[in-house]
Amino acid sequence: MAPRDLLVTEGLSVEFGGVRALAGVDIAVHEGEILAVIGPNGAGKTTFFNAITGTCAPAGGRVFFDGRNITGKKSHEIARLGLARSFQNLKPFAEMTVTENILIGRESHLASNLLDAVLRTPRFRADEAANHRKARELVAFVGLDKRRNTLARDLTYGEQKMLEIARALALEPRILLLDEPVAGMNATETGFVMELVRKVQAQGITVVLIEHDMRMVMGISERIYVLDHGELIACGDPEAIRSNSRVIEAYLGGGKLAHHH
Amino acid sequence: MSGRKLSAELFFYLGLMLVCAPFLKLHTAWLPAVFLVVWGLKWFGDFSGRNEGIGRLREKVVGFFRQRSTPLVLLLLAVAVVVPFGASTYLLDVLTSALLYAILASALNITVGFTGVLVLGFIGFYAIGAYTTGILTTKFALCGFWLALPASGVVALLFGLLLGIPTLRLKGDYLAIVTLGFGEIVKIFCNNLDALTGGPNGILGIKRPSLGFATLDSPQAFYWFCLAVLAMVVLIIARIADSRYGRAWIAVRENEMAAGALGIDVFKKHLLSFSLSAFFGGIAGALFAAKQGFISPDSFTFYESVLVLCMVVLGGIGNLAGSLVGAGLLIVLPEFLREFALYRMLIFGALMVAFMIFRPHGLVGSRTIALEAEDHADGAP
Amino acid sequence: MFLQHLLNGITIGGGYALIALGYTLVYGVLKLINFAHGEIYMIGAYLGFICVSLLPALPPFFQTHTLVFVCLIFLVAAGLCSIYGFYLEKICYRPLRGAPKLTPLISALGASIFFQNLVMITMGAKDKIFPQLITQQTMTFAGVSFTWLQLTMIGLSLVLMLGLYWFINRTRLGTAIRAVSTDPFMAQLLGVNVDTVISVTFMVGSFLAACAGVMIGLYYGTINFTIGYLGGMKAFTAAVLGGIGSVTGAMAGGLLLGIIEALGAGYFSTEYKDVYAFFILIAVLIFRPAGLLGRRLHERA
Repeated sequence: MAPRDLLVTEGLSVEFGGVRALAGVDIAVHEGEILAVIGPNGAGKTTFFNAITGTCAPAGGRVFFDGRNITGKKSHEIARLGLARSFQNLKPFAEMTVTENILIGRESHLASNLLDAVLRTPRFRADEAANHRKARELVAFVGLDKRRNTLARDLTYGEQKMLEIARALALEPRILLLDEPVAGMNATETGFVMELVRKVQAQGITVVLIEHDMRMVMGISERIYVLDHGELIACGDPEAIRSNSRVIEAYLGGGKLAHHH
Repeated sequence: MSGRKLSAELFFYLGLMLVCAPFLKLHTAWLPAVFLVVWGLKWFGDFSGRNEGIGRLREKVVGFFRQRSTPLVLLLLAVAVVVPFGASTYLLDVLTSALLYAILASALNITVGFTGVLVLGFIGFYAIGAYTTGILTTKFALCGFWLALPASGVVALLFGLLLGIPTLRLKGDYLAIVTLGFGEIVKIFCNNLDALTGGPNGILGIKRPSLGFATLDSPQAFYWFCLAVLAMVVLIIARIADSRYGRAWIAVRENEMAAGALGIDVFKKHLLSFSLSAFFGGIAGALFAAKQGFISPDSFTFYESVLVLCMVVLGGIGNLAGSLVGAGLLIVLPEFLREFALYRMLIFGALMVAFMIFRPHGLVGSRTIALEAEDHADGAP
Repeated sequence: MFLQHLLNGITIGGGYALIALGYTLVYGVLKLINFAHGEIYMIGAYLGFICVSLLPALPPFFQTHTLVFVCLIFLVAAGLCSIYGFYLEKICYRPLRGAPKLTPLISALGASIFFQNLVMITMGAKDKIFPQLITQQTMTFAGVSFTWLQLTMIGLSLVLMLGLYWFINRTRLGTAIRAVSTDPFMAQLLGVNVDTVISVTFMVGSFLAACAGVMIGLYYGTINFTIGYLGGMKAFTAAVLGGIGSVTGAMAGGLLLGIIEALGAGYFSTEYKDVYAFFILIAVLIFRPAGLLGRRLHERA
């Protein structure tokens, strides 16, 4: 039986002031897999994520999530459908604690309303307690137990990245888009994240990841898409990508060597 | 400080004084002295930033107050309740104004502090509240204060929505100017819609509320009433702040894009905080109308907006207790420093600059220190 | 009648345009709105007033050659005012670069309150009468009456705008300002001293605002410490109208706003004269946030 497509893009294009950042990209993400999107710097990988999640408006093409057309929806609506993401350059909310950061991710699962909050009704208390419990689980899941009440800005770089993943997971998404989750991490930390991504997959969550670290990409992804100059130039399993001549040319031709593997 | 840097700074301050020379008159001759004091403070700030001892002392003080926050709040409340017994009518009047401003500052803190949106014409909502009460109680005989009070809040809230829906998508600095314009428009309309607002003469003869068995005619009674309203407002805001709404507001303030990606409807959160802020502003306005018995456009100038903002800034942006402290300080202190009345706004302006540069978290202090104190109490590292 | 309103509008619009340029230039290099710019304009007007009141103490040469004296006033007031702009940036903006967006806004607001009250305390809260140096004698041409002062003002606005245009496009510093506006990071890499450029931008903006201040002071005949608030607000509207960040936009926006105001006051009601600017501002921000001439802005980027 063919795998079910959870996320599909058809001819997705993005333009910035007349410059094509993404030119008609077709991608199909199978439910339950770990998929990597790679490519040289400026290939349009992050733009691709932005166009899917409603952070920037696509100039053309369509995005389907679980069979539903989500093109042009607002980012919070897309998030609520079960599509969570992390950002490459954005940090967690600096002035909030680790727990609070994760609770923000629970926003769409909260049941209490303004009146509940003012009157501190039983529903409010139950709601808060349940979500705090959930947040505590997630904090433990990413290994930040000891830092629960620390402000995010006081975390180390690696911890902030972990917090960002936990925050995205708090949405209880069906698909998780990670934008360079291990950039700037050392080998041990990278190993930890790889382990974490596998655990996420084991929970039934599909993972799409943008990454430059080839050890991670080749190590955990089942399929790989390669973008260059906003266009899809290859797709296949890690072995096929490794020996694909167009991919090698894209990386070498751009004057930038991929991280060795 | 190296000699080179010192001379550069001296040069800087000398230039500053020279530039101010055209505006130096007998009664501002002390201005250069102030600049020197600021310089000294800055030096001290650098020094205390480097000196761990001072930092630790501050942590300890904040921690001390935080751990005993409940008894402290009760104590303060008790003092606030008892004060009218010994106070003169004049002092009571000042204290009642302080209470009204505390409501305003807490309300403004919702937008400025939690969602990080600078609202410059906030006094417009205050004016709308006051005029709603004024018009309802004097022109419609049947409508008493108890109906006018919530009505004032609701009308202000509606105006908040009216202004917020089209403009809250704008960038922060644009929004600040739009709200500034809003405050001005409200004032101009109050001045010119003679039939409804009485024009420049305002509305006279607004009665104080009655509780059925007793009117709140005496200054004491009205003071207590305002205190009760303030307590209620603060409680409501504190509870909302300590819930999903408060958390979402801060997330929106910190980064709208990230908040959106986590399923938060950024615009809705902005709208909620803006209209809540307007609502409480309107309530404060209704109290103001009842307190004065008379309102005119002159009470709702841009300076009032600045004053309220200054309270928020001084107390600490996003810090509810700070807003109360700020309101108390900025209303009560000038009454004791009458001889400086002329310089009041001058000093406030300078303070706003100084606070942004040296203490952006305000007098009451940043959350970091407070949280660290909590962590220590938990026994966590 | 229409032509008359048009002329009045252009006269005052030239002043708005000069102030608006300050907003636009600063927005270009710092990507923030200089809230205290209106006060700089007010300070400029007062500096001009102080200069004028020095006239009796000056040698008789100046008393007979009014034109020389007027030029001198503009130069001195604008020169001094540009130093105010320099200090404003240095004290209220520079320490806050990279801070959350709210802080420079509040600090600038504090500065503007400070300036207003400084002037109020030292110069008094009452209106100051600006001596008439240029004859207000009316002339009539084709049914439109005008004064020498109006012609001088329009001429001066034109000269200053052309001068700025030349400065921005033809000089090294102007090129540096444009470079920083486009991409501060890149400009820095290319050896542009961004701090200097920002200081110069504030000084140029203040220079123009002070000229506008003296001009409008001469035109209306009175100045007050509160003129910065309304003047700044209107000039900001003009800058937004033309598309903030765009130099030609600010010029066009200023003239347009002046004309709209004059027509509105002439044909509708003068009571709400000051409201027009606000409504235009709100309308433009909502429906065309990039302004009439500006390119699409990335809102909330």
